[in-house]
Amino acid sequence: MKALSQKRRHPLAAIALLLMGLLVTGGLYAVATTVNQAKADTTTYSASDVEEGGKLFAANCATCHGMGASGSQSGPSLVGVGAAAVDFQVGTGRMPMQMNGPQAQQKPAQFNEEQTKKLAAYVASLGPGPAIPEAGVLDEKGDAAKGGELFRTNCAMCHNAAAAGGALTRGKFAPALAGVSGQHIYEAMVTGPQNMPVFNDANISPEGKRDIITFLKQIESNGSPGGADLGALGPVSEGLFVWIAGLGVIIAFTIWLTSRTS
Amino acid sequence: MGNHSDGSPNNSGTVATAGQNEVEKFQDPGIPPHRLRLADTDPRAAKKAERQVALLFGTSVVGTLIFLVSYFAIDLGNDSSVATIRLQNALLGIGTAFAMLGIGTGIVHWAKALMPDHEVSEERHAIRTEEDRQAAVRIVDDIVEETGIKRRPLIRNTLLGAVALAPLPALAIFGDLGPRPDFTLSHTLWAPAPDGKLKRLARDPDGTPIKAADVTIGSAFHVIPEGLNELSEGKLNEKAKSVVLLMRLDPDELHPSPERADWAYNGIVAYSKICTHVGCPVALYEQQTHHLLCPCHQSTFDLTQQCKVIFGPASRPLPQLPIAVDSEGYLVATSDFHEPVGPTYWEREQHVLNNNA
Amino acid sequence: MSSTTTPDAPAFVAKTSGGRITDFVDQRVGGSGILREFGRKVFPDHWSFMFGEVALYSFVILLLSGTFLTFFFDPSMAETHYSGSYTPLKNVEMSVAYSSSLDISFDVRGGMFMRQVHHWSALLFVASVSVHMLRVFFTGAFRKPRELNWVVGSVLLILSMAAGFTGYSLPDDLLSGNGLRIIDGVIKSIPVIGTYTSFFLFGGEFPGTMIISRLYMLHILLVPALILLMIVMHLFMVVVHKHTQYPGPGRNDGNVVGYPLGPVYAAKAGGFFFIVFGVVALMAAFFTINPIWNYGPYDPSPVSAGTQPDWYIGFVDGALRLMPGTIGDWKVEQIWFGHMFTFNVLLPALVPAGILFTVMFTYPWIERWITKDNREHHVLDRPRNAPTRTAIGMAGFVWYSVMWAAAGSDLIATHFHVALNDVTYWLRALFFIGPIIAFFVTKRVALALQRKDREIALHGRETGRIVRLPHGEFIEVHAPLDEYKRYKLVGFESPVPLPAVPNEHGVVDRKEKRRAKLSRWFFEDRVAPATPAELEAAHGHHGAHEAVEAAASEKTLSH
Repeated sequence: MKALSQKRRHPLAAIALLLMGLLVTGGLYAVATTVNQAKADTTTYSASDVEEGGKLFAANCATCHGMGASGSQSGPSLVGVGAAAVDFQVGTGRMPMQMNGPQAQQKPAQFNEEQTKKLAAYVASLGPGPAIPEAGVLDEKGDAAKGGELFRTNCAMCHNAAAAGGALTRGKFAPALAGVSGQHIYEAMVTGPQNMPVFNDANISPEGKRDIITFLKQIESNGSPGGADLGALGPVSEGLFVWIAGLGVIIAFTIWLTSRTS
Repeated sequence: MGNHSDGSPNNSGTVATAGQNEVEKFQDPGIPPHRLRLADTDPRAAKKAERQVALLFGTSVVGTLIFLVSYFAIDLGNDSSVATIRLQNALLGIGTAFAMLGIGTGIVHWAKALMPDHEVSEERHAIRTEEDRQAAVRIVDDIVEETGIKRRPLIRNTLLGAVALAPLPALAIFGDLGPRPDFTLSHTLWAPAPDGKLKRLARDPDGTPIKAADVTIGSAFHVIPEGLNELSEGKLNEKAKSVVLLMRLDPDELHPSPERADWAYNGIVAYSKICTHVGCPVALYEQQTHHLLCPCHQSTFDLTQQCKVIFGPASRPLPQLPIAVDSEGYLVATSDFHEPVGPTYWEREQHVLNNNA
Repeated sequence: MSSTTTPDAPAFVAKTSGGRITDFVDQRVGGSGILREFGRKVFPDHWSFMFGEVALYSFVILLLSGTFLTFFFDPSMAETHYSGSYTPLKNVEMSVAYSSSLDISFDVRGGMFMRQVHHWSALLFVASVSVHMLRVFFTGAFRKPRELNWVVGSVLLILSMAAGFTGYSLPDDLLSGNGLRIIDGVIKSIPVIGTYTSFFLFGGEFPGTMIISRLYMLHILLVPALILLMIVMHLFMVVVHKHTQYPGPGRNDGNVVGYPLGPVYAAKAGGFFFIVFGVVALMAAFFTINPIWNYGPYDPSPVSAGTQPDWYIGFVDGALRLMPGTIGDWKVEQIWFGHMFTFNVLLPALVPAGILFTVMFTYPWIERWITKDNREHHVLDRPRNAPTRTAIGMAGFVWYSVMWAAAGSDLIATHFHVALNDVTYWLRALFFIGPIIAFFVTKRVALALQRKDREIALHGRETGRIVRLPHGEFIEVHAPLDEYKRYKLVGFESPVPLPAVPNEHGVVDRKEKRRAKLSRWFFEDRVAPATPAELEAAHGHHGAHEAVEAAASEKTLSH
């Protein structure tokens, strides 16, 4: 005991204690969550990134999310949401939110890439969370057919089988996925923005997510083999089209056909 | 304008009274005089119309050629790309459209511009004349008389009986269209195996089992019973009853009734994915509102109230699958659903009682 | 018996070989008589008379393209793995039916085109049948002697929906599979026989392995055969009745005014077939329909947002969406005597469609009973000249359209940025008040149009020319109509309410009283056609500027 009390005064003791504390907290956290997705943030952010990100955050986000991103009445805590969440929300222009509504709407991004990266660095520094995906899973070279199966099972009920989007309850909706970058799609899956459920790596493996992105990009670049897709909205747009355009053209012909020539 | 008041209301807002009872009516002036077309009087216009018709028939020939060329020139190999198919489809369509519209518009233009366009009047004839009716009645009377069916009721009655019974085999023969329902609708693959082994929850579609630790707050897993993919037959029938949606939320947000207190594990709950309305998969999970929405008819279920219906045409909550964790940390169903899943059917209540007996 | 075929009659000998063949056939089938009867039969001409032809022609296109598709389609529900050329589905497990539909789309040359022609013309078929029926309804063409043909037409509408739905289900893709599942749910809700019917239809539990081949048989054999039979009956009756015509100078219930079948009408009608085919081909060339490759194979677990039936089943699906399943905490579904009464499915699935079709089938008799009108009608009503009927029709149409719109409630929500739930609430309200509003608005509009007709008949057409008279009054010059145009505006019947009449016992029974009440409701608001006396009065009344009008009319005549 004495030895220990002596060592307590050792100059390195504070650091050792801190390390031990971190180790225990980290370990406990890991045990508690066992989320395979907490694949530690591999992107390294410099201290200055974090610092500048903090300033940007205080200026632009803290009104709702609170100082230190600890959350407030009008915005959730961002501790542990990870860099991926920031990159998705800010990169797609959903954050900062323009107005309160059923859900944050996509709009032109308010921050440039550099600023987004700094914000992400700051939020990532607050607690471990999903990182921005590596290029390897975004190469769109996965198995499109497998991705299609996963997409239909996990995503199509909200986003539509052709990724054309769909309605949710009370004014919320699942957006169309055409034109969304693979990185943002990946980030949405791992972070579950707004009402979208989280699809962690235990649910859909990174390989599976790569397949899904491959599938989406493939059907997007393929286009519809039968001609214009009429919004890929299914029988409703087809019915409207046949009533308006189809019957319209035919009525024009019938009027011509039964009119008298001058 | 102001003094043109006829036809506007006298007293009520609508009624205009005027000489009604055919005392005075405008006389039918007859078919308007025929008006000549340009092509009727001007030979050059007629010639021009003739050339236009021929041109239209010509475009039809071009259309047919476009069709044939694009059919033979574009070959759909084993790995034809989507762009090739789209191109060929468009060309075949244009070809057909030209071929058909060329003929159609050509003929119509011919008829309109060059064929006589005198309107003619034709008398209508009575659909049935009285003379015909009387003749027909006589014939029928004769026929009935000659068969003697009125005088021989024995023949008539036995014939009626025979004819009435004859279709019965035709009905009976459809008896094998399907099996009797029995209790099949109230059992799913989730029932523990005969040896008492509990069924694990597995990912849809690959069938790998799910650990409780995999299910983080906010996630939604689409679940099938373990072993479903290995079924050699009836796979889709079983899947149609046993698909489950697995979600995890803060245990404080769940408000289980006492008898379902142990049906969830650490905030992880499993509910049948088959809508109690008409059976669509209720697959839309909103992780913040904890609402489940059916994309077919918009029935909305509240996960925090044991999937009570809060909107839409469904009447009953989604059935809950009781789950627990086995020794290896995998999620298992502790029993089958306690009620039949999916849309309501006539015998359902008996099946519920039977299941819980 | 008679002497018409005596062997020694001077025989006709054709000069050309074609003539000899024709003569050979003619002697054996009597073609000359048929041609003599029909060759110059008169058909009235109006664009709105063409919808029946559109329906007939799209049915012909359906038969042609459908035959092609049967050569490649395999209705088996056996499992297979896709090996065709569409990579996003490579090696995916699916049924043979779905796989062969994909092969038709991607690996059979022209298969995609034929599929799209088939599906577009199917949508067009039901649409043109519907528009044709609306035209017949609003112009009163269903009246005596055409009531039975109206019934045959109504049967054709139902059959065309059946043909469409059975076809929609065949590819065994995710969309149609979920559609079948909904049908299964609706069938199961039927009291007593529901569960058995479902098991009999699917050959066991849903989805089973039989349903596609059974629907295939219905789709390619039974339903088209019935449609063909009904078309034959329909056209036979058209020939017997001759076509109706719009009111106008020279047209009355005793004649038919138009163009002779040969050559003008036959050319127009024949040419129109090619035009309809051409329009369908254009749609198939440039617009995707039913992209089954997007939906994936049927699997009971997934579902796509925006799962809807084709448009003609939409109103039933919409009704299903509108019905609340719980009202407060009260469940609409009830357990009585230990059995389930699934009113939240039964009511919307059966009641609106039941009402629509019952009224549709019986309407000719309802109107006939109210009006006691037992005359033959061959001259049509302009819709404005039968305001109550037109209003009833519009009320029904709006009611249908509300349900129809409800089938797309989710798409209305996403595309107009409104809440899905609000769309449903509004449509629920419109379901009840929409038809009522439509009835009154339509009736007022029809009466207003009638008054406008009167005005024009009596005072002529507004020319927009303002003239100042010598004493300073400004008037707008009205150009009087020629007698043909005027007759079109005044030559209609305007029945008055028919009071209750005692029956043979001299008693006015309750049914008759009810009829009289309905007759009043039907005819009390009316605008009578203008009469020559009124025209005379109108001209006298104008007095001062009659001269101006006369001058104007001379001008109109001069060019």
